[in-house]
Amino acid sequence: MYAFTFHRPQTVRQAAGLLTKNADAKLLAGGQSLLPTMKLRLASPPQILDMTLVEGLSGIELSGRALTIGAMTRHYEVNASPVVQQAIPVLAKLAGLIGDPAVRHRGTLGGSVANNDPNADYPAACLGLGATIITNKRRIKADDYFTGMFSTALEPGEIITKISFPIPKKAAYQKFRNQASRFALVGVFVAKRGSDIRVAVTGAGSNGVFRVTSFEEALKKRFSPKSLEGLTIPADGMNSDIHGSAEYRAHLVGVLARRAVAEAIGKPAA
Amino acid sequence: MAKISLIVNGNPVNANIDPRTLLVQFLRENLRLTGTHVGCDTSQCGACVVHLDGKAVKSCTTLAVMADGHEVKTIEGLAADGGPLHPMQEAFREHHGLQCGFCTPGMIMTAVDIVRRKGNELDDHTIREELEGNICRCTGYHNIVKAIAAGARAMRGGASASQAAE
Repeated sequence: MYAFTFHRPQTVRQAAGLLTKNADAKLLAGGQSLLPTMKLRLASPPQILDMTLVEGLSGIELSGRALTIGAMTRHYEVNASPVVQQAIPVLAKLAGLIGDPAVRHRGTLGGSVANNDPNADYPAACLGLGATIITNKRRIKADDYFTGMFSTALEPGEIITKISFPIPKKAAYQKFRNQASRFALVGVFVAKRGSDIRVAVTGAGSNGVFRVTSFEEALKKRFSPKSLEGLTIPADGMNSDIHGSAEYRAHLVGVLARRAVAEAIGKPAA
Repeated sequence: MAKISLIVNGNPVNANIDPRTLLVQFLRENLRLTGTHVGCDTSQCGACVVHLDGKAVKSCTTLAVMADGHEVKTIEGLAADGGPLHPMQEAFREHHGLQCGFCTPGMIMTAVDIVRRKGNELDDHTIREELEGNICRCTGYHNIVKAIAAGARAMRGGASASQAAE
């Protein structure tokens, strides 16, 4: 790891000020992605802004038809929260599928969503649930937020403070894990809220998380795994690497989408 | 340089360190607590697991400055020097939950954390699922799983793991 200067801002405003002044600075939340990247020297930020002391960035709040979770809320807190388990059980389950228990004790929601790793779980939940990313400057719809691999709509000096998830009527997440890294080789999140039906895919696309509109249209006619039978997505634009070819990933998208819909309607495949 | 103060195994520690110092480096090289191991150095293997404010974390993927103002417990802090072993350590001894021993400190720190979260009655499936972040290249896990189940029960009554195993 290359040397850096270390700052501990006390408020979001202070952090934003430092971030604006130092364009290459990085925010440190749980550090479970950033620190490994720095150890591999794939990143060498000259300044690190540790967000631990900033108050008001952590916590889970249910209000009306949305669940709002602070950016510094750790994965284990989302996984173990009775409020999340009751309001959006799939979100609690998804948080429990990230990494391993020790990683979940450190990793944060905001960190994951700001990083937008193409194999991460939370981006699928944000896009699948139609979440709103709330920053120190504005509110960004998930549809406008994820702009490509490790790329987001965040501007210089912009910091995620919380994320608001609308409560779906039905939802499920199916993750096909890379056995070594525990990341999603492919993960499919489906959700139904009124007439709004979303199918979000992580792990597969070479541009990061994306929606499958052809599946969504089919599910609008009838929200059943049968509606997806025979439907496929093209292998073009899928990731291809030592862990799986583009064709294999495209195939998994279909399989996992059908399984997720089955789970969402309470009829999981045996 | 960054000034940090924290509690390690019950003792206050103050230091002035390069901010890029990993927690595991700080424990091993500055404090000479070499029971915490570096296996993979990529947060996969769990040999470096310690407790930060009572929760299992990977000390190879935590900066020492992130522990500033907090409490760290390592394998050395589980039982007093020269005193009886912690019930989980005793269970690993009794059930031979190790071969080379390299992963053992991390296994035991993770095991104690599992008991904190999941209680004293642990079935094999739960233990195996919970061990997903700890890798052992010798044992095939069988005795580790047995040791954790026995250690978890022993932690309840304060009875020794060997009694619990009988």
